[in-house]
Amino acid sequence: MKALRSILAGRPRTESDRHLARRGRPSGPSPAFLLLFAAVVSTHATPVIIGSKKFTESYVLGEIARRALNDTGIAAEHRQGMGGTIILWQALQGGQIDAYPEYTGTIAQEILKNGQQLSFQQIRDALAKLGVGMTEPLGFNNTYALVMRRSEAQRLGIRTISDLRKHPKLRIGFTHEFLDRQDGWHPLRERYGLPQQSVIGIDHALGYAALANGSIDIKDAYSTDAKIEENDLVVLEDDLQFFPKYDAVFLFRSSLAPDSINALRRLEGTLDEKRMIHLNMEAERTKNYTSAANLYFQDNGRSASFADESFPHKLARWTLRHLELAGFSLLLSVIIGIPLGIVASRGGWIGQAILGFASIVQTIPSLALLALLVPLPFFGISVRTAIAALFLYGLLPIVRNTASGLQDIPRSSWESAVALGLSPFTRLWEIYLPMASRPILSGIKTSAVINVGTATLAALIGAGGLGEPILSGLNLNDHVTILQGAIPAALLALLVQWLFDVLDRVLIPKGLRI
Amino acid sequence: MSALVKLVDVSKRYADATALHSTNLSIERGKTTVLIGPSGSGKSTLFRLIIRLIEPDSGSIEFNGEPITPDTIVKLRRRIGYVIQEGGLFPHLTARANVLLMARHIGKSEEEMQGKLVELCGLTRFSANLLSRYPVELSGGQRQRVGLMRALMLSPELLLLDEPLGALDPLVRASLQKDLKEIFARLQQTVLFVTHDLAEAVYFGDEIVLMNDGRIVQKGSVTDLREKPADPFVSEFINAQRGVSLT
Repeated sequence: MKALRSILAGRPRTESDRHLARRGRPSGPSPAFLLLFAAVVSTHATPVIIGSKKFTESYVLGEIARRALNDTGIAAEHRQGMGGTIILWQALQGGQIDAYPEYTGTIAQEILKNGQQLSFQQIRDALAKLGVGMTEPLGFNNTYALVMRRSEAQRLGIRTISDLRKHPKLRIGFTHEFLDRQDGWHPLRERYGLPQQSVIGIDHALGYAALANGSIDIKDAYSTDAKIEENDLVVLEDDLQFFPKYDAVFLFRSSLAPDSINALRRLEGTLDEKRMIHLNMEAERTKNYTSAANLYFQDNGRSASFADESFPHKLARWTLRHLELAGFSLLLSVIIGIPLGIVASRGGWIGQAILGFASIVQTIPSLALLALLVPLPFFGISVRTAIAALFLYGLLPIVRNTASGLQDIPRSSWESAVALGLSPFTRLWEIYLPMASRPILSGIKTSAVINVGTATLAALIGAGGLGEPILSGLNLNDHVTILQGAIPAALLALLVQWLFDVLDRVLIPKGLRI
Repeated sequence: MSALVKLVDVSKRYADATALHSTNLSIERGKTTVLIGPSGSGKSTLFRLIIRLIEPDSGSIEFNGEPITPDTIVKLRRRIGYVIQEGGLFPHLTARANVLLMARHIGKSEEEMQGKLVELCGLTRFSANLLSRYPVELSGGQRQRVGLMRALMLSPELLLLDEPLGALDPLVRASLQKDLKEIFARLQQTVLFVTHDLAEAVYFGDEIVLMNDGRIVQKGSVTDLREKPADPFVSEFINAQRGVSLT
């Protein structure tokens, strides 16, 4: 749902959205192989211990580090959520952990306790004296930020913190910590000359709710907070560079083996803000930090391989995926829809319930259906969700046509089949279903055409298919790209229609076609 | 002479009306019993009860001295042939497949089925060339003959016919009536025949069962019905039918 909202809000999709779909595909050697490899190659007597602080992003980064080490054959463990900055720092110095994710601003302020602005190199030199190494920035800056509702910001034309000077009436709600901090509200107001009078202290999570319902207009946030995307907020640009940089890095003991250090350093510059927000979102949604971290690795593998893909190759990939989505969901609709239709044809409240359910599903707008499925545990942002949604859409025509096709069989035929002494299964399989084959097939055909059309929406949740170019084209306002998806999708629908017309001739018994 | 089918105190009620009041009836072996009566008189209900297309509310039905129950009916149906108006053929199967459907289902050998098919074609005077046609490619009379072959395929002890000739034009109807009567005689078939046409009832019926309003009004030969009517309805019915046949 979160990713969906961001897409609906018209933001360009991140590379990661698009590749989420491939989650199931192994992106490297098999785990068994890795294990063997680790056992043979690893000369480290003890595993590398990664620590993390007690919040989502730190957990995810810790998991990424663990896996980066594991993938290069180094045994590593992750001690999740050990506590705050000071505890982690002391653990690192004491040797209980070998590395942990940290932010440059925090290192300068809380660890080195230096009031002045330190350059990156100065921080590194100061740490080196303490026996601690630091990677280059991972690529994102998780600093304090001011956020607003996107709609409000657009309406008032506010893009930067300086722009707030023109709107003294805006109501502000800050966390108590931010109100008190040295780099918090008071110096910020001074630096920018902000006129707002209505400033209240409010809990971080409640603040988002207050912002959403319009009780306040501005609040503080961490710039990679998953809530920003989830609540469709904008980060106001810190145009006077008030907030210190909080670039994420890994700190590690200088005594750590060089290949372990190299594994951590390979993470440098690979995680931009958008990507980190996305991983945080995924981690908060699934509560599974390992899988969120795994996303990082899958995205990386694929970004490289698809960078310079030729158009025919892309088209083939989109079309194949599209057929995969539509075909698999149709198969499910048939396998489940026909039995449901058979049950529904008997009427009664069960039949009514089945037809009612299928009809209601059909009335849910496809976007809403996707949005409803994404938060469910098994689904999330995946091909599964797309197939499940398409399957549900494909259900009604098949269920309804099966039910009405069976009900339309003349009573004399029903009774003849019974009176002949055929077993119930034979009656159904050899008499009733063949007699209803025309409406059933036409129901399947309707589902197939609907599925081929609706499958373009699968791209919204990163499931790929011909919707991918359509969506990119819409975001980029590029008609050619839109048509690259729209034309093949339309042709595919026609092809499916034609294919089913041929299939009719094969599957509908001759006696019913004369 | 013994009864092949015996109904004892059988009744059937639908939500809003009694379709069949408590009824007793015996269907004699080797004879043709005709059920006759106006629409809604309960003759179709009685007919459906015997082949268990509907369940009776009370009473029991015996076949060959054994009660018909939901457990025994599936096997029993194979000993009963069933023909309805238009033959009740399945449109997606050829004439041959329709006739052989049940024999195949219970795993009869191909030779046995072919032999029986040839015999039935002769009996019902149906051209074997037409066996590969679908019902829609056959005339009404031809369909009826196929329906009859299908019913006779397993040499049933009882043959049930529900207005089998109702939808046919008079010439075809006359020739089929003649053929049917010959077939019944040749096979010494026990037959239960439902019609609303008195002339047909008289033509076929060793025994005529006149029904009205969910009850059997009178049972006997047509002479009995005409000369010793059990109540005014019998006379009324016979006279009305005679009137129609005269015009």
